[in-house]
Amino acid sequence: MSITLETACELNPQVALRPESFGALAYHYGNRKLVFLKHPDVVAVVSDVADYATLQDALGAHNIQPSRWPSFVEAIDSLAASDIIRVR
Amino acid sequence: MSGKTLSNQLKGGLDAPICLTWEITYACNLQCVHCLSSSGTRDPRELSTDQAKSVLDELRDLQVFYINIGGGEPMIRKDFFEILEHAETNNIGVKFSTNGTYITAENARRLAAMNYLDIQISLDGVDAITNDAVRGKGSYATAIAAMNHLRDANFGQFKISVVVTRHNVDQLDAFKALADSYGAQLRITRLRPSGRGADTWDELHPTQQQQRQIYDWLMKHGENVLTGDSFFHLNAFGESLPGLNLCGAGRVVCLIDPIGDVYACPFVIHDQFKAGSLLSDGGFTKVWKESDLFLSLREPESEGACSACGSYDACQGGCMAAKFFTGIPLDGPDPECVTGHGEELVKSATVSLIPKPSMDHSRSVKINTPRLASSKEAVQRMERV
Repeated sequence: MSITLETACELNPQVALRPESFGALAYHYGNRKLVFLKHPDVVAVVSDVADYATLQDALGAHNIQPSRWPSFVEAIDSLAASDIIRVR
Repeated sequence: MSGKTLSNQLKGGLDAPICLTWEITYACNLQCVHCLSSSGTRDPRELSTDQAKSVLDELRDLQVFYINIGGGEPMIRKDFFEILEHAETNNIGVKFSTNGTYITAENARRLAAMNYLDIQISLDGVDAITNDAVRGKGSYATAIAAMNHLRDANFGQFKISVVVTRHNVDQLDAFKALADSYGAQLRITRLRPSGRGADTWDELHPTQQQQRQIYDWLMKHGENVLTGDSFFHLNAFGESLPGLNLCGAGRVVCLIDPIGDVYACPFVIHDQFKAGSLLSDGGFTKVWKESDLFLSLREPESEGACSACGSYDACQGGCMAAKFFTGIPLDGPDPECVTGHGEELVKSATVSLIPKPSMDHSRSVKINTPRLASSKEAVQRMERV
């Protein structure tokens, strides 16, 4: 696992988000990967995670309860594996 | 997480398609015997360059990330590069399917210089005999020449797209090796009884035993091979193949045809599956969001005759187009149902009731006069006339 609560992340500039009723679609123009973001909270965090010093700061700013943080770290880590999210 | 599964969300339809095929012309220099769109000659009503650009503008506004361009042979259009460039400018990725005829060394360099572009070269055999029997004389050499040009122009990873038939199913390993030798990606898709494929289905579609062979091969190689999710009817064999495992027609997939008509998917060019027209029904967005056909396809489907079988969750009843053009009810089994239920129904279907494609752009068949003249009897007959 490469992403932790302390990681400074950003949405890859080659990725576009399209809102959908379940959350959003993320499409990576570079590697052509299409990923389903299946929760609006994930979409909110992913959209502006670049504006915060760490992932934890972003989760806090979006009022994500600490009990849910591990699942967010996991989700962001899997997005990093597809290069949707990257470390900055 | 929300209560509905992703699969159910997708069945209910998205705000815009994620896989949109746009066939930009019915013109084609080939006459493949399984052509889904019965292509051959241009339709005089085909969209103009300006109309084509407007379609792209609308898709950009809907945030359609990428489109699949096909035909006919799309590169036959004189404004082909203009359309590609307009898509690129608007951040719409393009994957186009071609027989390779127009991928000259020069065009390959031009294509290599573009962004967001994927190319699929159609090839239905790893040798000329197998390929040309389906795609026409000389088409194997043409495809290989195109692949060589793309490699020489450093295009990068293109795709080799294969329709799996009874005659090339034993070549899957060889196709993979061929793709690997070019640094290309292999894509295999399912033969459909659509377009001219309706006339050749009985002779070309894989046998029951070969269905198993395709499934086993995909279980082994599926992660590195593209399929357009077209083999989900095989999931009834056991573990699911990679992919979304559902019919996306009108839900996440649709087809825009060369004259601007919108159909539920590329395999059902028939009035019953026409949602509307870009030109007369208020644009693509309105057709996608409001057409009665698409709204009905997004309703939960009936399992029909398949409800008695334990595999429906796995195979989803198979492909709507395959059923429709073999005369099976839409809530019946797929004609290639792995349990054999579909095969029995196809045999009992009344031929006169099987729907025919609504449009046919095939070129008229030329009368083979030399052969006639070579027969003495024929010459005598001609002289009597």
